Amino acid sequence: MSERLTHLRRLEAEGLHIMREVAACFERPVLMYSIGKDSSVLLHLAQKAFYPAPPPFPLLHIDTTWKFKEMIQFRDRRAAEIGMDLIVHTNQEGLRQGVNPFASGSAVHTDVMKTQALKQALDMYRFDAAIGGARRDEEKSRAKERVFSFRSSAHRWDPKNQRPELWNLYNTRISKGESIRAFPISNWTELDIWQYIHLEGIEIPSLYFAKERPVVAREGQLIMVDDDRIPMAPGEQPMMKTVRFRTLGCYPLTAAIESEAKTLPEIIRETLVTRTSERQGRIIDHDQAGSMEKKKQEGYF
Amino acid sequence: MADPALQAIADAETQEEIERFLVEQERKDLLRFITCGSVDDGKSTLIGRLLFDSKLIFEDQLSALERDSKSAGTVRDGIDLALLVDGLQAEREQGITIDVAYRFFATDKRKFIVADTPGHEQYTRNMATGASTADAAVILIDARKGVLTQTRRHSFIAHLMGIRHVVLAVNKMDLVGFDRAIFEEIVADYRAFAEALDFETVTAIPLSALTGDNVLRRAAEATPWYDGPTLIEALEGIDAARDWSALPFRLPVQYVNRPDLNFRGFCGTITGGRVRPGDAVVVTPSGKATRIARIVDFHGDLDEAVAGQSVTLTLEDEIDVSRGDVIAAEAAPAQVTDQFAAHIIWMAEAEMLPERQYLFKFGSQTANGAVTELKHQVNVNTLEHGSAKTATLNDVVFCNVALDRPIAYDPYRENREAGAFIIIDRYSNQTVGAGMIAFGLRRATNLQWQALDVDKPTRAAAKGQKPAVLWFTGLSGAGKSTVANLVERKLTRLGRHTYTLDGDNVRHGLNRDLGFTDVDRVENIRRVGEVAKLFVDAGLIVLVSFISPFRSERAMARELVEEDEFVEIFVDAPLAVCERRDPKGLYAKARAGAIKNFTGVDSPYEPPETPELRLAAGDRPAEDLAEDVVAYLRARGLID
Repeated sequence: MSERLTHLRRLEAEGLHIMREVAACFERPVLMYSIGKDSSVLLHLAQKAFYPAPPPFPLLHIDTTWKFKEMIQFRDRRAAEIGMDLIVHTNQEGLRQGVNPFASGSAVHTDVMKTQALKQALDMYRFDAAIGGARRDEEKSRAKERVFSFRSSAHRWDPKNQRPELWNLYNTRISKGESIRAFPISNWTELDIWQYIHLEGIEIPSLYFAKERPVVAREGQLIMVDDDRIPMAPGEQPMMKTVRFRTLGCYPLTAAIESEAKTLPEIIRETLVTRTSERQGRIIDHDQAGSMEKKKQEGYF
Repeated sequence: MADPALQAIADAETQEEIERFLVEQERKDLLRFITCGSVDDGKSTLIGRLLFDSKLIFEDQLSALERDSKSAGTVRDGIDLALLVDGLQAEREQGITIDVAYRFFATDKRKFIVADTPGHEQYTRNMATGASTADAAVILIDARKGVLTQTRRHSFIAHLMGIRHVVLAVNKMDLVGFDRAIFEEIVADYRAFAEALDFETVTAIPLSALTGDNVLRRAAEATPWYDGPTLIEALEGIDAARDWSALPFRLPVQYVNRPDLNFRGFCGTITGGRVRPGDAVVVTPSGKATRIARIVDFHGDLDEAVAGQSVTLTLEDEIDVSRGDVIAAEAAPAQVTDQFAAHIIWMAEAEMLPERQYLFKFGSQTANGAVTELKHQVNVNTLEHGSAKTATLNDVVFCNVALDRPIAYDPYRENREAGAFIIIDRYSNQTVGAGMIAFGLRRATNLQWQALDVDKPTRAAAKGQKPAVLWFTGLSGAGKSTVANLVERKLTRLGRHTYTLDGDNVRHGLNRDLGFTDVDRVENIRRVGEVAKLFVDAGLIVLVSFISPFRSERAMARELVEEDEFVEIFVDAPLAVCERRDPKGLYAKARAGAIKNFTGVDSPYEPPETPELRLAAGDRPAEDLAEDVVAYLRARGLID
């Protein structure tokens, strides 16, 4: 053990500290699990924080019903292996109204099936703390998010009225109905995530690795044909291309990139060398300027 | 692609080459720093420059930046690097940064986390926030303006927050023709001032964030006279790992991991020193001694752990340890006190009142407490000490704090994590202040309780009653004293031993020295609460009739006695009714401006949220209300 901790070990220590603070200070915490690489790191930190016990809180997945099939299989298997309770919530009202990414557009779909669904689940299970995988380097408005971020009883975030956060002393006090979102990997960058996955040998869904997959081009982005719900133009056929995903979400809203990176080191190399930032693959951010900030105020993670 | 490491990885042919690169990258360490400067010193531009030049801006961000620069940019041509950093939309439109934002970049040698903290006058609290986790500070100076008041303020706060390394970035050198004399004069000015602040290193660099000179790129042409490091070289060279591992071992217990009867692990982040299995430790505040059995880790037990690591320890003996305790080296245990002197930075709009109860959070320990004495206020611009009765937003004060239970600590100067605390308002739950322990107060350890043979139960039994506080609160003219008087008569008739503390009466004697400012109102109630407690100890039923407008102080009075000994009675009459009654003519005087700080007129009344008893005092006769109180006391079993 060297005297000086490496950056990854410092980030890890901070993540473990935050996990334990949540477990110690809240009655009904939950870990928001969205199956991607950040969630995989979050899950790993939770395992490390409470080892040899399993993490003392359940996993919550907001299922829009449009996730990649492989994500769902991965989710169920990992939860079982670690021995954590898995809560899956879908906005049934949104389903009944037929909200979907094609007909409703990404903004409505995200609002109803993610933001509203998340609020429903938090209310239904009366969670007082939700651990999430947001990172400050992802997007400008997130750079100012607190590690322990206060939400009103209506789940709103007020960027102008955040609690000062000093040292590693987190203010965990809330009144009834209010809640905290805690972000253990706030200070990690995308590259830190990849390096840590490499260092610790963390399992991630194979969608991150390049493989031949059926895709169609939509507005200059490659969308994978994960099932037959995707509308095809007359005569349109999916093309087989070697692609992978830099980020995982609803398959119609998550663009694939052409890539030959089939191993973790190759992915990391590609990430380092590439000049296109991560969230570009997520269509929801481009809806309007400052759009992530607006979604966050309304309760999106 | 300028970065040789990136070039190497881009050219890597085999998996092994990439692996080797990764292993190397994983060995980097981390430096956290803050940037501070005045509004137009170009701070955001400097951070934008660091991100841009270290290739941390991606193509899509760049195109968004170009688009934004056209609509909101303040740079006439080209891209405005500041827009990369100024996060929230509203701020972007105002053209200023208003909160703390964190940014990330890396070089070959190091990873960096930058806290971007705002430069204008009223935002001391944000800078303190950013500085609390920083190892170093980059202080910007506009070469055209030199050392300003703000420069002094930022340097003082950096010093106060325990930052040891300062980089003085003399920016906008391009606008003064990279003039050596100007640079050297500014540096001399700064060093003269900063001497008192005792920084370990101060590195001054002439640079231009706009052009990039001496940021990442050495400006050989512009500043041939300068042979010091570029900004990035200076940041790479700072040795911030001030050896925390050389300090005595400290582990504040954050979480007790007890999955079954066979395992009991104590989890937390080591704030000082190192630990190995077999080490002799002592648990504070209990003082119990034992040895470390294991350092449990997911990948197998560790032989050693050092400051900064989050670990799980098991102990050789089964002793009682819970969250808030500190496991420390037996040879050098943590100090324990319930009173200490500290610097506090006040962070809330609502002012800090001495004697008001707040929550104090230290590591994993939380205690109720109050500032008992405000010694002085520090003028952050001149560093002079002044006197103050309260603290308001952005004030830095030095004061004594008393807690309701002892905590384990180290002075902040010796161990940052073990000497820091935050202050939380018990009602709004807001973080209202941050503090740094200077030293413990001996008084706390020398003053002891005198044990008395006749105690509260004995005295109460002699009177054949249960002692209690009946606390009447409400607006002036609501009828508190009238009802309390009637209740006392009824209790006396029932053979109860009572005493009434009336607001006006007490102000003639015990509290003669107090006025009606918020500070004095808090002290007024504190004293009455303490007197009520003594009377309860004497076995009496005490009727307290005080406006007592603030929830915090009523809660403080409640906490002085046992849970079942306090009855809060809200004498609830509408302001209009009280004002119509105006038995002492006080409302009329207050409205005329003859009395200041009158509750309900120009001073707030915070109604109880969950009083034991609420009397609708607007329309019912006082006699009925008094009967309600007696009926309640019967129902509660306080009288037969």
